[in-house]
Amino acid sequence: MALDTRPPTTPVRRTGASRDAERDSGRPSRSLVVALVLASAAMMVVDKAGGADSPIEPVRRVVGEVLGPVQAGVATVTRPITTFPAALRTNDALRQKVKDLTAENEALDAQLGKAGYDANRVAELKELKALAGDIGYALVPARVIAFGQGSSTVTLDAGTDSDLHPDMTVVSGKGLVGRITSVTAHTATVLLIVDNDSSVGGRVGDNLELGLVRGHGTFGVDDRLELELADRKVIPKVGQQIVTWGSENGAPYVAGVPIGTVKKVYESVRETSYRAEITPGVDFTALDLVGVVVPSGTKGTVIEADGSARFDR
Amino acid sequence: MRPGSTGRLVGVLVATLVALLLQVTVLPPLAWTVGDLGVVPDLVLLVVVATALASDTRFATLTGFFAGLLLDLAPPADHIAGRWALALMAVGYVVGRLVHDNAGDLGAGSRFEREGVRRSPLVVMVAAAAGGSFLGTSVFALTGLFLGDSAASVGQLLPVALVALVLDVIAALVAIPTVHWLFRRLTSDPSSQRVERMRARA
Repeated sequence: MALDTRPPTTPVRRTGASRDAERDSGRPSRSLVVALVLASAAMMVVDKAGGADSPIEPVRRVVGEVLGPVQAGVATVTRPITTFPAALRTNDALRQKVKDLTAENEALDAQLGKAGYDANRVAELKELKALAGDIGYALVPARVIAFGQGSSTVTLDAGTDSDLHPDMTVVSGKGLVGRITSVTAHTATVLLIVDNDSSVGGRVGDNLELGLVRGHGTFGVDDRLELELADRKVIPKVGQQIVTWGSENGAPYVAGVPIGTVKKVYESVRETSYRAEITPGVDFTALDLVGVVVPSGTKGTVIEADGSARFDR
Repeated sequence: MRPGSTGRLVGVLVATLVALLLQVTVLPPLAWTVGDLGVVPDLVLLVVVATALASDTRFATLTGFFAGLLLDLAPPADHIAGRWALALMAVGYVVGRLVHDNAGDLGAGSRFEREGVRRSPLVVMVAAAAGGSFLGTSVFALTGLFLGDSAASVGQLLPVALVALVLDVIAALVAIPTVHWLFRRLTSDPSSQRVERMRARA
């Protein structure tokens, strides 16, 4: 059997495997292609196996040393161009942005301005809670919204809507403030203990000696109080703590609320008794958050004696 | 060695370096973000495609290999070296073979060159860029998957490859004619030489 060596009768299809000499002039030899593929594969394997200290790393560093400065130069030159899209903004967008930022700035400023006030309010509320726990009464928190002209009274922002009525004790975190003299639906007027008309039953904390604490009626100028003890033989001592004595049913004053400390002691020769000057614990000109002593279980926002607070106004 | 091959070599070197610098330095701020990857047109790949269109397959294959090697070793690269070399070599070889064997012969020694037409038709250019981009990106991504070099999965890579394809085709409309113009300038006065050669042949 002989091979068919006749030339094909059908025309040769022009395929990729054509052996036309001119057309093949630029084709890479098979060995070159194989060599390049193997070179890439070998490089990959070596680099993969070598990890951080593969033989490729030094080459990479050299290329980096050469190309790095060129890249830096090109980047410097083209930065104005590459960052150009970010500079493309409309006037409206910029105005809007200015507006937004101004508003944000104002909001932040307001927040910053209120920060000190808020911190003080938190501190006052904490003190009030602590006091409620100390004296064992429930308190209705209220804010001072007005100071009386000519008399030592203040107005609170709570009234009958919070179950307040006259002859209730008003305290602040620092001690006794006064008693309620009149209420409306939403406000209550408080007579401060520094008022001329005010006299509070007080007792010396150390020895339970009883006395009367009277105001001087000079609110805002002279906050002194005076204590006169019932037992004329007892001499008050400087630094002694004075607390309320308490009345029947806690009206107008409940017992055990701190009033102030003894500052000076005078001997009253005519009356053969001793008078003590008291520095009140409360700064009456800077009152803000106060508490009104109410029976436990009162509805509304109440700080209970155990320190728990209800806010269901 | 044929006349003009030194010029061609210089042209390829210049084009590759410029493309590399553009690709890694200038374009990234303008990148198209897909997922969390920024995609820029693959200019070095386009230089290889342009070389494959303008010269022969052998030269295009070698250009692809060395341009890929440069891309593998140039500073921002931290992948396994050889991946781009293999990918761009494949691009050079395949695009070169397809163009010179089938698409009416555009390259050196072809009918187009003999007739003094050096510019590729637009359709061929776009097809070559799209095919080359797809092939190069795929080979690069597949070697990455095979070697465990790339953190991304196939699902993440597909949209990236598609966007890269679109960007490459758009960039090719500018890049390939530019490279061809560069070749023409650097192969010393090619038109007159070509006429001389044709006369000699005749």
